[in-house]
Amino acid sequence: MLIPHPLLGPRDAQEFTYLGDARLLERPDPAAENAEARFCDYVYLRDNPAGVHRELWFHEHGDRSWLVVTRDTVTHEILGAELAADVKGAGA
Amino acid sequence: MSRIDGGLIDRTRTLTFRFDGRRYQGHPGDTLASALLANGVRLVGRSFKYHRPRGVLSAGSEEPNALVTLRSGARAEPNTRATTAELFDGLEAASQNRWPTVGFDLLAANDLSAPLLTAGFYYKTFMWPRGWWEKLYEPAIRRAAGLGRLSMEPDPDAYDKGFLHPDLLVVGGGAAGLAAALTAGRAGAQVVLADEDFRLGGRLLAERHALDDAPAADWVRSVEAELAGLPNVRMLTRATVFGAYDHGVYGVVERVSDHLARPGGAVRQTLWRITAKRTVLAAGATERHIPFRDNDRPGIMLAGAMRAYANRWAVAPKGRVAVFTNNDDGHRTAADLVARGVPVMAVIDPREDAPNLGGYPTWTGAVVTGARGRRGLSAIEVVRNGRPEWVECASLGVSGGWNPNVALASHHRGRPQWSEEHLAFLPGAELPPGMVVAGAAAGNGTTHAALRDGAMKARDALEELGVRAAAIDLPEAEDRPDRPAAYWHVPDRGRAWVDFQNDVTVKDIRLAHKENMRPVEQLKRWTTLGMATDQGKTANVTALAVMAELTGKGIPQTGTTIFRPPYTPVALSVLGGGDTGAHFRPTRLTPTHEWAKAQGAEFVEVGQWMRAQYFPKDGETHWRQSVNREAMAVRKSIGLCDVTTLGKIDVQGAEAGEFLNRVYSNTMATLKVGRVRYGLMLREDGVAYDDGTCARLGEDHYVITTTTANAGLVFRNMEFARQCLWPDLDVQLISATDAWAQIAVAGPQSRTLLSRIVDDADLSNEAFPFMACAAVTVCGGLRARLFRISFSGELAYEIAVPARYGNALMERLMHRGQDLGVTPYGTEALGVLRIEKGHAVAAEINGQTTAAMLGLARMVSEKKDSIGAVMSRRAGLVEDRRRLVGLRPVDPSRQVVAGAHLFTAGAEQRTETDQGWVTSSCFSPHLGSYIAMGFLEDGQDRLGEIVVAADPLAGTDIEAKVVSPHFVDPEGERLRD
Repeated sequence: MLIPHPLLGPRDAQEFTYLGDARLLERPDPAAENAEARFCDYVYLRDNPAGVHRELWFHEHGDRSWLVVTRDTVTHEILGAELAADVKGAGA
Repeated sequence: MSRIDGGLIDRTRTLTFRFDGRRYQGHPGDTLASALLANGVRLVGRSFKYHRPRGVLSAGSEEPNALVTLRSGARAEPNTRATTAELFDGLEAASQNRWPTVGFDLLAANDLSAPLLTAGFYYKTFMWPRGWWEKLYEPAIRRAAGLGRLSMEPDPDAYDKGFLHPDLLVVGGGAAGLAAALTAGRAGAQVVLADEDFRLGGRLLAERHALDDAPAADWVRSVEAELAGLPNVRMLTRATVFGAYDHGVYGVVERVSDHLARPGGAVRQTLWRITAKRTVLAAGATERHIPFRDNDRPGIMLAGAMRAYANRWAVAPKGRVAVFTNNDDGHRTAADLVARGVPVMAVIDPREDAPNLGGYPTWTGAVVTGARGRRGLSAIEVVRNGRPEWVECASLGVSGGWNPNVALASHHRGRPQWSEEHLAFLPGAELPPGMVVAGAAAGNGTTHAALRDGAMKARDALEELGVRAAAIDLPEAEDRPDRPAAYWHVPDRGRAWVDFQNDVTVKDIRLAHKENMRPVEQLKRWTTLGMATDQGKTANVTALAVMAELTGKGIPQTGTTIFRPPYTPVALSVLGGGDTGAHFRPTRLTPTHEWAKAQGAEFVEVGQWMRAQYFPKDGETHWRQSVNREAMAVRKSIGLCDVTTLGKIDVQGAEAGEFLNRVYSNTMATLKVGRVRYGLMLREDGVAYDDGTCARLGEDHYVITTTTANAGLVFRNMEFARQCLWPDLDVQLISATDAWAQIAVAGPQSRTLLSRIVDDADLSNEAFPFMACAAVTVCGGLRARLFRISFSGELAYEIAVPARYGNALMERLMHRGQDLGVTPYGTEALGVLRIEKGHAVAAEINGQTTAAMLGLARMVSEKKDSIGAVMSRRAGLVEDRRRLVGLRPVDPSRQVVAGAHLFTAGAEQRTETDQGWVTSSCFSPHLGSYIAMGFLEDGQDRLGEIVVAADPLAGTDIEAKVVSPHFVDPEGERLRD
């Protein structure tokens, strides 16, 4: 597979480490009333759709960017890749 | 068979080879199969299940029968297709699955028990007694059935990997592939042309017809010459494209030196990983059989193969020759043979409108219903005008039509489409991205159509890349359609083979149907049709047609077969690409490795690192003697240990402290410049996962250490925190593990030694107390970092210098410390010292334990948020009452082994009464006793109690006293001295 790195262009997937569901960007507020329950969801519950999925890849053998890659898990088509820091910065 | 004139073999040279010990001769250009046939060898193997005598069926990689073991000794390769093995001088091959010989095989008795060995027989027959399956049935079946055997010796050959990134990959070097490659090559595109054969040309090499007015081989040669002159074209022969992977990545095995007697200096095979912007699949087509009774006799082969052996390899079929075909292409075989001076008795064709291409009789409306000749065909039964008749025949070519090679087109699960016009599956609409299919693989199988289709598809593909390719001149060629009839098999009560390799007959399919194994996938698993090395290339579609007949549905309604990689078998060795043994993964050496080697150190693998385990001295006969000496040196005088492998991460930025507050469970922002703090990291689920030290070198500059094993993981997680959780924080990270050599200088004399090498240093307790750190210079100006930290519990430091000075620093420290009794120590002594001191490592922080269990509950700050803080407070973790304790065996000479489980003395030992487990254990030279650490329920309240450490595997119960895990200096006075 090739990952279209937003800074470095197409890179072989073997350079990356896969993490999974990009919802891990949305760490709950530890001060919230039901923080423990929300953290429990955050830590243990993942979407695993057959189809379009936003997921985290780490360019471990590259520039160390964490990317949010939008991938169709059925066809492996990659619909886009953004820097996770940009996604997070945009308030996603 | 015997040689006739012509062919693409080099008769000026003779090659000698052996098959089953007998000597034969052939020529360059031969395959093992063509050479055997030229020598009149028809019987080349035994079938998988029934041990039926078998001959060569095909002339290509689809071969199900002629599997041999090539070469001998460690280089022996079982299940090699004789039809693709290129002949070389001195080649040795042996037939398989026979005992004692291929001509006389005792296991042929299986054939007589055929009624017992029908589809799914092993599911039905060997049901009970249950225990007998593993002990008796399976080993017996495996011995009797099966293919070749592995040598069981290490592979002596070398392998390589390569990467290519062409604009266009052309799979197949036949008419369509050559036209595609030429079109793209002339347009200047980067082209890779790969063909599994050792010669380009594909089916053109096997035909007699002309391109324009010249032999096809001439055109092939001229195209090849032109492509060879184009710098933008790379031709790979002996190269099989075995898989279409994601995003235009293709796996290709190039057999670099399999055609040589010895690889010489070359690698045996290369694994190419080709990333192509576009791909033209021009893989051609594979001929299918027409099952009739006993259609597996040696001497019966595919008609196209018979023609290929005559035209390309100049091998005429043996004895009286006939062809059985349901399409016009079979007639071409007869016509070619006649043209080459080989008489053909008849072409037997079930079609009433069968043609005659001249020179042989056509028997229309006729079929072959049986064959005789156990070790070689002698007669066939033909039904003509309703009357059966046995006629003498030694060679029969059979053509049931051609299946486009759609395998690669379906590697992304795209389903092939049935074409009623072609009576074959064509590539479907869902192809791997970037792929187009051309020529016979797309159903455009006449030479005329294949040439034009290849050129056109290449132009279209390049156009998508913005490259305009000019039309090329293509020769005029034959354009006769095959006109196949839907005649799939000859109805009969006997056994008619569909899948030769797995011994699956029409009867088996009928039985599977009766037993309701109707979906094609179940049919395949029940009968094993389409499995093993040929993956049913000659069988699948025919089986589907038989199944469709039984269900009364059409073929497309009955199912389709799709393919997975690899297209043909791929050796595991080439997938490893030479990354075996020492090259399996990178080895990391510490900066003092050369010095340690010179000291005679024993090394141990720690992840990728090689670390000095201990340094044996003359007269020491057991590793424990060395380790005891090293550990005692640290307690009594001074020891040195390379600790470079601990992960080091440089953390810089205005908000570095705040960032570290969030990744460590304890507070780091309040750490003063010039001080070090022990730190604990949790996973977000609240479980402890790593520990280390955090040193503040400047207002905006920290350097932290991780455990050796988790260096990569911690860095990854910290980058996750930085980029994905808190990108607004002003902080940057860089791994400095390999940049700094770090040496632990431990023991009462460490201050004295360091004072001798640190420039202008005041290392007094007042100026540089426990947990101090500073940037210093050593040895007259070399920059260094000094940390007063201790893993051993003694007065100790760690000193870091740029990695390239690590070895020199170690030598200098050893030299300057001679009078102090300086002693190098390895990872074993390091382990003893830390267990004596009660420090946790990976055995204790194993991903299942909490800060509280480790006795570090206070290190999870409640005043701030950090990763894992919220979840660490959940009931399930808080309620765990097991605590880290020390254990001293009542008998100090008995070892409490790590992994033993702890029970109350006298209690019954069951899972329910389990009280914890032992994590680490060693002999303490300081205490003269074995000691251990472990987790024990309510451990902190049970000091002094005798518990039992049970090791049910070794059958030992050892009594041990529960003590503080700090065996040495529990007050920590020494390290603050």
